Amino acid sequence: MRSRKLILLITAFALLATACTSSGGEEGEDLPTEVGEGEGNVVIVSWAGYIERGDTDPAFDWVTQFEADTGCAVENKVAGTSDEMVALMTGSDEYDLVTASGDSSLRLIAGGSVQEVNIDLIESWDTVDPRLQDAEWHTVDGAHYGVPYSSGFNVLGYNTEVFGDTPPDSWSVVFEETTLPDGESNAGRIQAYDGPIYIADAALYLSATQPDLGIEDPYQLNTEQYEAALNLLRQQRELVGRYWHDAFIQIDDFTNEGVAASSTWPFQTNVLQAGGAPIDKVVPVEGATGWADTTMMSSNAPNPNCAYMWMEWSLNPKLQGDLAAWFGTVPAVPAACEGNELLGPDGCANNGSESFDEILFWKTPTDDCNGTAEAGSCVPYHEWVTDYLAVIGGR
Amino acid sequence: MTTDSKGPTLTHRIARTLHQRPWLKVLLLLALPVIWLVGVYGGSLGALLVQSFYALDSFSGAIGDSLTLDSWRQLFTDANVAVMMRTVGMAAAVTVASVIIAFPLAYYMARYAHKRVKALLVLAVLVPLWSSYLVRVYSWKLILAADGIINWFVERLGLGRALQFLLETPFIGGPSLSISLVGQFLVFVYIWLPYMILPIHASLERVPGSLLEASADLGAHPAVTFRKVTWAMAIPGVAAGSIFTFSLTLGDYIIPTIIGDSSPFIGLAIYSYQGVAGNLPLAAAFSFIPIAVMAVYLTAARRFGAFEAL
Repeated sequence: MRSRKLILLITAFALLATACTSSGGEEGEDLPTEVGEGEGNVVIVSWAGYIERGDTDPAFDWVTQFEADTGCAVENKVAGTSDEMVALMTGSDEYDLVTASGDSSLRLIAGGSVQEVNIDLIESWDTVDPRLQDAEWHTVDGAHYGVPYSSGFNVLGYNTEVFGDTPPDSWSVVFEETTLPDGESNAGRIQAYDGPIYIADAALYLSATQPDLGIEDPYQLNTEQYEAALNLLRQQRELVGRYWHDAFIQIDDFTNEGVAASSTWPFQTNVLQAGGAPIDKVVPVEGATGWADTTMMSSNAPNPNCAYMWMEWSLNPKLQGDLAAWFGTVPAVPAACEGNELLGPDGCANNGSESFDEILFWKTPTDDCNGTAEAGSCVPYHEWVTDYLAVIGGR
Repeated sequence: MTTDSKGPTLTHRIARTLHQRPWLKVLLLLALPVIWLVGVYGGSLGALLVQSFYALDSFSGAIGDSLTLDSWRQLFTDANVAVMMRTVGMAAAVTVASVIIAFPLAYYMARYAHKRVKALLVLAVLVPLWSSYLVRVYSWKLILAADGIINWFVERLGLGRALQFLLETPFIGGPSLSISLVGQFLVFVYIWLPYMILPIHASLERVPGSLLEASADLGAHPAVTFRKVTWAMAIPGVAAGSIFTFSLTLGDYIIPTIIGDSSPFIGLAIYSYQGVAGNLPLAAAFSFIPIAVMAVYLTAARRFGAFEAL
């Protein structure tokens, strides 16, 4: 606990320091109590495709209306990785908002790059899925550091011709060597995600199959649990033909390489099914990992009023539904699932919304187990990267 | 003798100044490349070197101000050494295969092909370079796939067994050509082959026919003539081509993500350490491995006269 207080202290100090140095002169940790007049523009750092104004496909436009309603011109800076987002936001006074994923949000908070948001000023806050409202990747000690935007799951995709009448219900088909229902081994016919965060998927499987390890949170692993997960992944390496990171390459592998089962996103299985491929998906009994993105506000946001207006706007059901349709994700606002033309009546269910409770969302693994233990108790993320690269290299 | 009342023009004055001070001429000529090389190129290398000594804060992933040798120590773990060996091994194999394939073609182009045929062949070698590298790699992924055209063809020829045997070979095999080291090797050779053909062709063009005739007149066996004249004079071209194929394979990080079994190469490892992990110090330290490998390689290539054929 002590280290957590220290971090909070550092965070508060950092916030204070930035507040003091900024010419605007906000007062320490005091939250704004009202949204004033718009400053005329708002600058958002986001994933590609998150801020669409109809340029890519005229049907997908959730910016034009906002600009007309509020007079805040939206400027979008696209970032390619979570680390790029952290780098852009650190110490910058150019950007107002960032759509941070769970593997960077806590880092942004710890680094003092984002500020607490007064959710009383977000009228639609109550429409947000209650399970996301206090999610630990954007809430620290009851303080909210952003507004949920979108989330997606890592499901188990499989070939229905291979599995026939006995669809898989466990991640074991991608972790243990086994004979699949079509009579052949799974060796060389499965895939795994090539990001280090996939170590959490192995830990999640172990939490069900080896309860002795005592894994409670797959993102907070002590050395013993972490080694067990790595060993499972080394065993998996023998079975994996290719690791995937590009959705379209994986779609091609399902079609042309005879991939029988793999962790995947609903996006890929939706595209494959639309093309008539014999592919289906399931959330296995062990549960699944997922990612959830949050719109967070910079500590030095130059346009705070427009930023608050955007956060409110980002929760409207039309935008949420359109975004879910565009990305194959699950909206942060459940009402968005009803009556959205682009998403269709079963859109949310297709993207996995009914499995929400079985999902463990990405968090950055930190060496103090996300503030619950002393520093050094858990294996930090940068070690995950080094070790997972070694596992893929066969070590 | 009359003197021009207006005195020398500006151009004349400049010319005279430059003539009187040769060092100024050299300085002006080289200013731009020197600024580029020392400032932009050397500067970024220096920044990399400095970065590699910074410490990484394990909590926030921030790059600290304190200096440490940690990154250099981490560089030589088993896993990282395996990455280096894999990359250097692949680069060497690709280079050797490229020489074997490129030499006969370059030889034919330089010695036997008629003007028109030669132009056509040069064009054929160059045409692939006009289309996008990515498109070509992706199309190879389809060609080599389990349900791809090569497999289909091999089955029709009744050679399925042979292919199966190749793919079952440990280390180089895999579930299908596109997911094996063999497949990766084929694509590397395909992509970089033109860079081997052209310098060999250029060096063979420079072998005068009279030398070959003289060798024959002196009673040398054609094989001896080839070894002592043709090959000897082609070596700089081969060395130059090998610099291209070797360094290009060494630095490539796209092909290993699309073709093969996802085993990391040096470029991929650097990309992950920097991009995914935000571990800039380790990525910076890793960047010096290909630089060191190329330094050794270039020193060796220089001894074979590679720079005379560039």
